[in-house]
Amino acid sequence: MGIASAALALSATACGKNSSDSGSGSSDSKATKAAIAYDIGGRGDQSFNDAAYAGLKKAEDELKVKGAEAEPSAGEGDADKVQRLTSLARAGNNPVIGVGFAYAPAIEKVAKQFPKTTFGIIDDTSVTGENIANLVFNEEQGSYLAGVAAAKASKTGTVGFIGGVEVPLIKKFEAGYVQGVKDTNPKAKVLTQYLTQPPNFDGFAKPDLGKAAAQGQLDKGADVVYAAAGLAGSGAIEAASKAGKWSIGVDSDQYNQAGLKAYKDSILTSVTKDVSDSVFNLIKSVQDGKPQTGEIRYGLATDGVGLADSNPKYKAMTDLIAAVDKAKKDIVDGKITVKTAP
Amino acid sequence: MKKFDKDKLIIGAAGPVLALVSSFVLTMLVLLATGLDPIEPIRLMIENAGYSDIQVLIVNQTGIYYLAALGVALGFRMNLFNIGVDGQYRLAAMVSAVVGASVELPGPLHILLIVLVAMLTGAFWAGIAGILKTSRGVSEVVSTIMLNAIATSLIAWLILPKNLGVQPAGSNDLTTGKIAESGWFPGIDMGQGNGEIYGFTFVALALGVVYWFALNRTRFGFDLRATGESESAAQASGVDAKKMILTSMLLSGALAGLSGMPTLLGDTHTYSLSFPVGVGFTAITIALLGRNNPVGVLFAALLFAFLDKASSSLDVEGYPKEITQIMQGIIVIAVVVSYELVRRYGTRRQQQKVGEELAAGGALKTDKEVSA
Repeated sequence: MGIASAALALSATACGKNSSDSGSGSSDSKATKAAIAYDIGGRGDQSFNDAAYAGLKKAEDELKVKGAEAEPSAGEGDADKVQRLTSLARAGNNPVIGVGFAYAPAIEKVAKQFPKTTFGIIDDTSVTGENIANLVFNEEQGSYLAGVAAAKASKTGTVGFIGGVEVPLIKKFEAGYVQGVKDTNPKAKVLTQYLTQPPNFDGFAKPDLGKAAAQGQLDKGADVVYAAAGLAGSGAIEAASKAGKWSIGVDSDQYNQAGLKAYKDSILTSVTKDVSDSVFNLIKSVQDGKPQTGEIRYGLATDGVGLADSNPKYKAMTDLIAAVDKAKKDIVDGKITVKTAP
Repeated sequence: MKKFDKDKLIIGAAGPVLALVSSFVLTMLVLLATGLDPIEPIRLMIENAGYSDIQVLIVNQTGIYYLAALGVALGFRMNLFNIGVDGQYRLAAMVSAVVGASVELPGPLHILLIVLVAMLTGAFWAGIAGILKTSRGVSEVVSTIMLNAIATSLIAWLILPKNLGVQPAGSNDLTTGKIAESGWFPGIDMGQGNGEIYGFTFVALALGVVYWFALNRTRFGFDLRATGESESAAQASGVDAKKMILTSMLLSGALAGLSGMPTLLGDTHTYSLSFPVGVGFTAITIALLGRNNPVGVLFAALLFAFLDKASSSLDVEGYPKEITQIMQGIIVIAVVVSYELVRRYGTRRQQQKVGEELAAGGALKTDKEVSA
């Protein structure tokens, strides 16, 4: 049986070289090389990973950095992530950025072996070290503003929240949104639904799930739907648009997204999370010789999160904008503390 | 008799080889159709497999796949299709991680406890499908798929911080807490940057031997294979078919439960949201490709581990690593088709031979049906 696999077994024991030994080990060359390792979904998810890529792209264009990218395989474990980060670091990339909290255990191991390389991790502060930069966001603050906007825009007093996958990160979005709605209109009702539960990450990927969930909430009287669900959120935006109701986008300004052009008039606003800037800033700091380290927090105060105002209809709602601006000021001044868990 | 064995061997090998060749050819056609060099990715993968850090990953993954695939294969030998291996694997890993993190025992005992809990949990989850089948006649195909979905929800609920889960400070992950070092299965360090070979990989290999022995050299194995071939015939010869169904479902689940152990005991020491998934589904293909034979399954597991790990850096070189998923997908279809083709060919050949012998006036030899 399996002549092919027998041959593979032979070749697999043939030599003892390491995958990084053959890499172009030009770690001391002047041109900075930077690498990002993606989260599940990889490039093309129209969300998180694409935002990280945008940051790398910007660094390539403006800082003349040579960028490298690596994607995870389906169902891989920590050992695969360790191997990926190790080979990226050995190839002379600095910084090496892990996109997403799943990289935390791997970065903890690899960062110790490469003390001169800066490692970035997005959405995690559980691993720390002198050469680790923890890039984190106050998603709940942006979502709070979305809650204020939703409560103001809603006529029925019922609004919806759709979370992609029921994980702590998305619960931060829910917590902020619900608090924003309730603080603005205590009588308002928030319908909450999660599309899938881990380890099923379809809730970030399948627009039909977002569409069905949004349809259900619209049927129950919701007239603003906020979907924090990556690509699946586009289904919610579509459903809201077809029903003539409002939707709120997430991560990037979805009003300007080419794929959602047909529905953009009904996209009230989007909660932006500036992953691309965080990636760019880290690469720049390394190139400038002052690498970022420790917790780098992006909140409302630094416009790391915020609300987009590209929709002219949104700009026309002066009452709503006044309420959002006031809430923003109160959060920045510390008068309002937004919860991070529902 | 000897001559027939050789025929059987060739026919047995023809299926997998045909499936592999056709999947490689079709994958190359896909690459050609997308305007990419069809040879280069394969060459890169073979080159990758020469590096020791990738080899460690391949060996470790082989052990994981092997355990899960043995679980599937055991069911197949009994004519049971346990699609629930993935759910059994995840639930077992989660529950055993919780138990492992909550106690502290001297080394071997701690590991033994975790392993036992994993086996029992896997067996319990598969046993539900077994009982449903024996008492209500529910197809295990349907019930195990549903149990996968229930396992997902159950784990998602159990791992909430208000139940059994822990959310480490500053992390967006949910874990079951770290197992104390006494519960870590020692591995073999392959040098700086190369990683460790999980010690449990050797347990997996040993279980392959146990599987072979139990199935081919014991009364239980004979009963199991007999019931798999024909339930009514086995019953007529005094085998309690229902008991066999339940037993093999429990064993299949226990093996599925073990397949989480290499990762849990050797690497992560906790069950978290990023614990590897999908092992149980890949294992079905591996068991099919390996013809439920312990050696065949080992090679199939090695092949799939190679496809997984050697392809992981293809995207850095500008080739889509998804080609290996295409390849694995085609193998599933090709394996079913080619086995059927080979089976028909084998039957025809057998009939022909018997016919020839009869025509030649030779004694009628009773050959048993060629089977997996």
